[in-house]
Amino acid sequence: MRKHVNYIVLLVLIIIFPFLIKDNYTLTIGIFAGINSLVAMGLSLLMGYAGQVSLGQAGFYGIGAYVSAILALKFGVPVVLSAIVAALVSAFAAVLLAIPALKLKGHYLAVATLGFGEIIYIILNELGPGGPSGFGDIPQVSFMGYKMTGQISYFYLIWGIVFILIIFSYNIINSRIGRAMRAIHDTETGSSAMGVDVSALKIKIFILSAVYASIAGSFYAHYITFISPTTFSLFHSVLILTMVVIGGASNLFGAVVGAIIITVLPEALRKFEELDVLVYGLILTFSLLFIRKGIVPTLLQRLKKKGMANA
Amino acid sequence: MFTVLLQFILSGITVGAIYALVGLGFNIIYNATSIINLAQGEFVVMGGLIMWFFSQSLQLPFFTSIILTILLVGLIGLMMERLTINPLKNADLLLMIMITVAVSIVLRGILMFKFGKDPYSYPPFTEGEPIVILGAVIQQQVLWVLGITLTCIGLIFLFFNKTMLGKAMSACAVNPTAAKLVGINVSRMIMLSFILSAILGAIGGIAITPISLMEYDKGPSLAVKGFCAAIMGGLGNGMGAVVGGFIIGILESLTAGYIHSGFKDAVALVILLGILFFKPAGLFGSKATLSVRKF
Repeated sequence: MRKHVNYIVLLVLIIIFPFLIKDNYTLTIGIFAGINSLVAMGLSLLMGYAGQVSLGQAGFYGIGAYVSAILALKFGVPVVLSAIVAALVSAFAAVLLAIPALKLKGHYLAVATLGFGEIIYIILNELGPGGPSGFGDIPQVSFMGYKMTGQISYFYLIWGIVFILIIFSYNIINSRIGRAMRAIHDTETGSSAMGVDVSALKIKIFILSAVYASIAGSFYAHYITFISPTTFSLFHSVLILTMVVIGGASNLFGAVVGAIIITVLPEALRKFEELDVLVYGLILTFSLLFIRKGIVPTLLQRLKKKGMANA
Repeated sequence: MFTVLLQFILSGITVGAIYALVGLGFNIIYNATSIINLAQGEFVVMGGLIMWFFSQSLQLPFFTSIILTILLVGLIGLMMERLTINPLKNADLLLMIMITVAVSIVLRGILMFKFGKDPYSYPPFTEGEPIVILGAVIQQQVLWVLGITLTCIGLIFLFFNKTMLGKAMSACAVNPTAAKLVGINVSRMIMLSFILSAILGAIGGIAITPISLMEYDKGPSLAVKGFCAAIMGGLGNGMGAVVGGFIIGILESLTAGYIHSGFKDAVALVILLGILFFKPAGLFGSKATLSVRKF
């Protein structure tokens, strides 16, 4: 039972949030936080559990959004199916990228993904419908003939996916693959000596992270119904990375907490007007300097220490 | 036909010079610390904007402005290292790279607050008619950019190969522990590497602004190009970054001229992926250094 307490708390929070928050603006931010959580969770799996970094998650996020939106708008593909096709395209791109990059040691994947993300961004700008100004009228999510329109239903949809993927991810982490992943993170040579196929495993995790980002992108497109390339720039990849680092890469809940903080922060900084970029940078700098392991792992450590002192 | 080609190549060399300086800056810091300093592009932007501030806004004499700009940007490089990199000693490499991203956002925030979103420029260093060679027109400022870049590159190589301080810095790059044992102050060398990179960036910014204008948010794209240059030449290889910078500049300009200007920015990235996949040590790097490299 204790093991599941995290999930139950998260589920309860998800369910009661729309009841507590009635205004649409806050709900929208909540939905964005959920979408960002999905991308951040994928990256967190890659970083915290496979010890690899990606600077191109916005590329997969963009593929998810554009492929799904174009399929639904121009070819009339049902929305959920279009998201699945987009996820397959992202997975395929991830394979192409990962096979050469992950054969090399070190952070080559980071560099390769940076290049990949930027190329996707340029392609969207040049060849995407509407070019740099993007396109609209993207169909909303519909399921079995029921069309989703309300804010609350999107909130539940997005956070429902977050919840399911958290459970799914933890199942992976606690499986044989997960133990192998952590072994890779600690020592690559050691784990390959124990018979773990290091590159195959890393490629699998990378594909998974790409699929998470792609799903998030698809639902972003169908929720907001208008997309343009700006959303999928290098800056967004850096934002996602920031979410994971601030929340704590060694814990999936860290990715969710980081995503919420980074999504809410710019809104909260609106009142600083032209100083918002500066304040945002300063908050980022200080949290990196003083909470190095990330918020969630640091808090957990504190709690543990307290618990031990009491006992 | 030939004239047009020559014109494209010339403008490519001009931008390429700045990529070369940024790439060299990456290498200096990478060699001293293994960190990829993603705030490298902001040094260039600060060079251009602060130069505008001293020379146009405050109307200071040309040379005074240049010296003040270099000093100020060098000081910012020093502060960046002392306030963010130095306190994080022994931290995870990734965290160190993240902090350079955070610093670049802070710097961009300051620049946006001070200068707004408009592009800035100032008159070229020397007035006068452009020079015509084989039908291609060369602005005088282009010659300044090339001259200054090549001088900087020459000085950097002399510094690392001929001076005691430069050799000490190279020693830190090769083996920090051994360097410490022979009495080199490693922490000071790391500080120096940030100052040097900042100054290189600033000089590039000062020289290029009259040609290509400068705005607060140009940093990230400069950093990406410079980084591609550094990877292309083999990360850590100074001469490689310089050659890489020029190649990327020229190919970009040819792409913009003959294919499509929108794909100009993709050139560096396609090269980057190509190098990573087919020759990961870079054009001039050796397989042996690859195995110890972190990127």
